[in-house]
Amino acid sequence: MQEGVQIADPARRSMLLTALYIAQEQYGYLTKDAIERVANRLRLPVADVYSMASFYSLYRTEPTGRYVLQVCEGLSCHLVGGADRLVDYLQKKLGLEVGQTTRDGLFTLETVQCLASCGTSPAMRVNDALYENMTPERIDELLETLRGYHV
Amino acid sequence: MFEKVLTRNFGLPRSESIGVYIANGGYQALPKALHECDPEQLIEMVTASGLRGRGGAGFPAGRKWGFMPKGSDIEKYVCVNTDEGEPGTFKDRELVEKDPHQIIEGVIIASYAVGAHRAFVYIRGEFFLGVKRWIKAIDGAYAKGFLGKNILGSGFSLDLSVHRGAGAYICGEETALIESLEGKRGEPRKKPPYPASVGLWGKPTLVHNVETLANIPHIINRGAEWYSSIGTPKSTGPKIFCISGHVRNRGIFELPLGVPLREIIYEHAGGMTFDKKLKAVIPGGASTPMLTPDQVDTPMAFETLEEAGTMLGTGAIVVMNEDTCMVDVARRLMRFFAHESCGRCTPCRTGTQRMLNILERLEAGQGKAEDIETLERTARKIQGLTFCPMGDAAINPVLSGLKLFRDEYEYHVTHKRCPV
Repeated sequence: MQEGVQIADPARRSMLLTALYIAQEQYGYLTKDAIERVANRLRLPVADVYSMASFYSLYRTEPTGRYVLQVCEGLSCHLVGGADRLVDYLQKKLGLEVGQTTRDGLFTLETVQCLASCGTSPAMRVNDALYENMTPERIDELLETLRGYHV
Repeated sequence: MFEKVLTRNFGLPRSESIGVYIANGGYQALPKALHECDPEQLIEMVTASGLRGRGGAGFPAGRKWGFMPKGSDIEKYVCVNTDEGEPGTFKDRELVEKDPHQIIEGVIIASYAVGAHRAFVYIRGEFFLGVKRWIKAIDGAYAKGFLGKNILGSGFSLDLSVHRGAGAYICGEETALIESLEGKRGEPRKKPPYPASVGLWGKPTLVHNVETLANIPHIINRGAEWYSSIGTPKSTGPKIFCISGHVRNRGIFELPLGVPLREIIYEHAGGMTFDKKLKAVIPGGASTPMLTPDQVDTPMAFETLEEAGTMLGTGAIVVMNEDTCMVDVARRLMRFFAHESCGRCTPCRTGTQRMLNILERLEAGQGKAEDIETLERTARKIQGLTFCPMGDAAINPVLSGLKLFRDEYEYHVTHKRCPV
């Protein structure tokens, strides 16, 4: 964020969601320092900014792996054999539980609520990209591709 | 065959581009609205069309426009709700990704009609492609002079920008959306006052779902009479239905409101996968009570679904076959509601969590005899007692499940396992 720019009320506070996204991008996740900087910049209490970071699920206050694998556990994904099956597969394949990160720091596994891909389920997100009609085979290919970037 | 209106360009290459939109009749309603109609006429036209909100509540759009105070000296806003998150629903994402200019044209006309000069798109944070498509489309509309100062020489000016949400289902509720736009936690406001009188930054605000706005250019182009001839008298116009679950062709189908549920499932969606028997259908997204196979002839319209004890909601149909465990379905939907409860009011915050605990216990074969009664009682204690409609939405999977499949719940308690 550019320092020294005067931001008018009430638009100042409206910048908070965007400011948190920018800080998260710069710091990797919303560290204490990141939250304090956003708070100072927008002249808001630190606790207030932290409460925003904890309310919205796309903000992270803990570090994650390079790729966050988010498997949709919505009803439409489950009905076509997704959700649990894909989560189980990924847990075994990566040797971790939901919420954990692989030791090489590459993958974090999470479950998420409906991704609005019910017609092309099962669905998952990897960072900002959406992957639809997922199967264990397609997960294998995806993981291989992502690993290939870091050899 | 029904002539597609909202999705007519979806199959075209680069359907999201302004060139394709214009080449197929796009941005023709805008000059008509700005040069030939005064705002009052537009409000009358939309009212006469019978268009009702497509975000779930089905409120008449023309009346919503009419609630906005008149007068050019009042600062007013329009918000475009792209916070699609109702499980089973994926129409808004497709509309934004495949034909965003149709929505923009609707936004400009709606803003002109209510006298707003500033409009905001609020989009779900997860919709990364959607954000990109919105930004590109808005830039394109500015470049052609459809947005900005003195649009098409009419003297009317409008600025439109995109705000990205950050992961909260509740922000689809219009007052929570406004809070989030203001940079606050997405906790719904007390109503009244409604956004039409006190909305964004305390100013009158019109909030519409993207599908609602996508209808506007067509109403202006072809007239209210044409529009209201589609559908039923109380549910007019085309509707994008989303169908998922145990059917052969999952996806979106644009059909007139009032089309029988049976036709959508067995004709458009190609029937049940593996020819299994139908067990239950969610007609309008996770918040709407389920229907049983004997109700599949119900027309998919606001009034007929209400008579059948449920709602049209977002028009998101989730089809479940005979092998589906209804306790598991309720547990999954409750996990969603418990996760998405904003936490502001106690019945919703603790009620959804308590119901989830019971459903998880039942599903794990550890259900106690009193669990079913406790589940039902908890649901009733939430009903009508929460700040926003989410509490009532959250109890629907449980109450409709208990009403239709109580024996299945009891089986989980007595046999410690699932009957299917």
